[in-house]
Amino acid sequence: MSDIQENKQRFWSRVFHLYYDGFRSMTVGKTLWLIIGIKLFIFFLIIKMIFFPDFLSTKCDTDQEKTEYVRHQLMDGR
Amino acid sequence: MEELINVVDWSRAQFALTAIYHWLFVPLTLGLGIIVAVMETIYLKTKSEKWLATTKFWMTIFGVNFAIGVATGIILEFEFGTNWSNYSWFVGDIFGAPLAVEGILAFFMESTFIAVMFFGWKKVSPKFHLAATWLTAIGASLSALWILVANAWMQYPTGCEFNPATMRNEMTSFAAVALSPMAISKFFHTVLSAWTLGGVFVCGVCGWMMLKKRNLDHCWRSLKVGAWVGVIGIVLTMITGDSSAVTVAKYQPMKLAAMEGLYKGNHEQSIVAFGILNPSKQAFDDRDPYLFDISIPYGLSFLATHDFKAFVPGIEDIINGVTYDNEGNEINTVSYAERMARGKQLQEMMAQYSAEMTSGNTTLQDSLKSAINADFKNFGYAYLDKPEEAIPNVPLTFYTFHFMVTVGGYLLLFLLLALFFVYKPDILNKAKWAKWWHILAIITVPLTYLCSASGWIVAEVGRQPWTIQDLMPNKVAISDLSASYVQITFWIFAVVFTALLIADIGIICKQISKKSQTNLDTVND
Repeated sequence: MSDIQENKQRFWSRVFHLYYDGFRSMTVGKTLWLIIGIKLFIFFLIIKMIFFPDFLSTKCDTDQEKTEYVRHQLMDGR
Repeated sequence: MEELINVVDWSRAQFALTAIYHWLFVPLTLGLGIIVAVMETIYLKTKSEKWLATTKFWMTIFGVNFAIGVATGIILEFEFGTNWSNYSWFVGDIFGAPLAVEGILAFFMESTFIAVMFFGWKKVSPKFHLAATWLTAIGASLSALWILVANAWMQYPTGCEFNPATMRNEMTSFAAVALSPMAISKFFHTVLSAWTLGGVFVCGVCGWMMLKKRNLDHCWRSLKVGAWVGVIGIVLTMITGDSSAVTVAKYQPMKLAAMEGLYKGNHEQSIVAFGILNPSKQAFDDRDPYLFDISIPYGLSFLATHDFKAFVPGIEDIINGVTYDNEGNEINTVSYAERMARGKQLQEMMAQYSAEMTSGNTTLQDSLKSAINADFKNFGYAYLDKPEEAIPNVPLTFYTFHFMVTVGGYLLLFLLLALFFVYKPDILNKAKWAKWWHILAIITVPLTYLCSASGWIVAEVGRQPWTIQDLMPNKVAISDLSASYVQITFWIFAVVFTALLIADIGIICKQISKKSQTNLDTVND
């Protein structure tokens, strides 16, 4: 194994241990990660999926249709 | 029509709610990031364990706030796609480009180095760790930069061309968007105000600990950095506030007029230092705009133009399209009635362009596209039913502006005094009124948050009814949704964000209380 490959492996191993040991030794951080997890779950899997679809994508399939939809909204709809 | 107004109002309320909640977390991240980086720099220079302990204390508070606040801004992007879909399509890649840069460059920089900052104390060299701390703080500010560039474009759309074939604005100059005068002044004013908030937060927490007589040495060390960062922050916030006012006067004169409740402008225009607006005042009636006011002569002329004699147009002047040079000669700008007429002409041209798209007459299409873009700054006026519709909410803009300025002045005095006590601690230590100073420091923290939120209210309410200044009013930007749909998500967000705020305050208070009972002159972990 060349020196470059060895250094690369050592680098990634150090990166892994930075995170691994860091997460293991967390105190208040565990609560914070739990909050982050719950928050992201609520934001992306509940709020985004159920309540915040991409509005134009629900009305139109292609960019051309979106253009025409917005054109209608801006020219005639309001 | 009533349903449309309802949807617009609820969508605006929802955006305001989520943006204000998001902004509760951001400035503390920006301000404390710098403070922690300065503290660690002092530690590295002095090699003192006391400074290491102090750095780690504030780093924990920074971490809690960062973790709770992270991703709260993503909600705003959800809202763009669902509630403001016409707007999202219309802005095209102009909004997307700065947000993409934010995501790729700033966010990854921030999230990479924050891991080294928290996990790397014994894993990397002290110098590398310090670099990671600074890069986290700088990454947070860079992250803010791109968001503020996107916001500044909505206030002053530039560096783009409208394509009537796709109904989207297309970026013609990234530099013009990223370096617009609005973007520059907004970035510095906002980020420096966050330094102020960070400094005040440190003073407030130390005030509480000093009141409890816990870790006094640690408090004085913290105050030294907090007060300095706070003083530098507030002085530079004031200087950048001045340049922001000049930018607003030039590009959003209606906002400036609303900030001052100014209906009829004048040369040598005074500025209201304290005032109570007449609630029944309407544009073009003869009522006095103020029930009571104390004004500073020449103040507004100087603030807006750096010229004591300059004419500052009021709301009625702007609507009528009238202003004056310093010799008193009338200069006709374009009245709002004229802009509405031009906007309607643009719509006719757009309709003609659409018709020509099927005929394939590209020469005519190109000439129509050029004509549309030449006068595009009047496009949004076509949607106004009357010129007065372009007047923002004057009382809200006026009072929040004056609250922000008054509290800003108070913060300068407060932080200067805090800095004075840092170098003359005996005066505070021996004073019988010391506990009142500590209580004042605690009260100043929420006051600073209110001041910061007021700044955003001035910036955003003051530009109403525009989602994009002069190009797109809210009622056109909004999606074809029902008001009840938006109301449901408004209340969901109100509950989720309130829970997050309670968690943030709760965990921060718990950490401060717990750690303040340990010896913060030595490293405990």
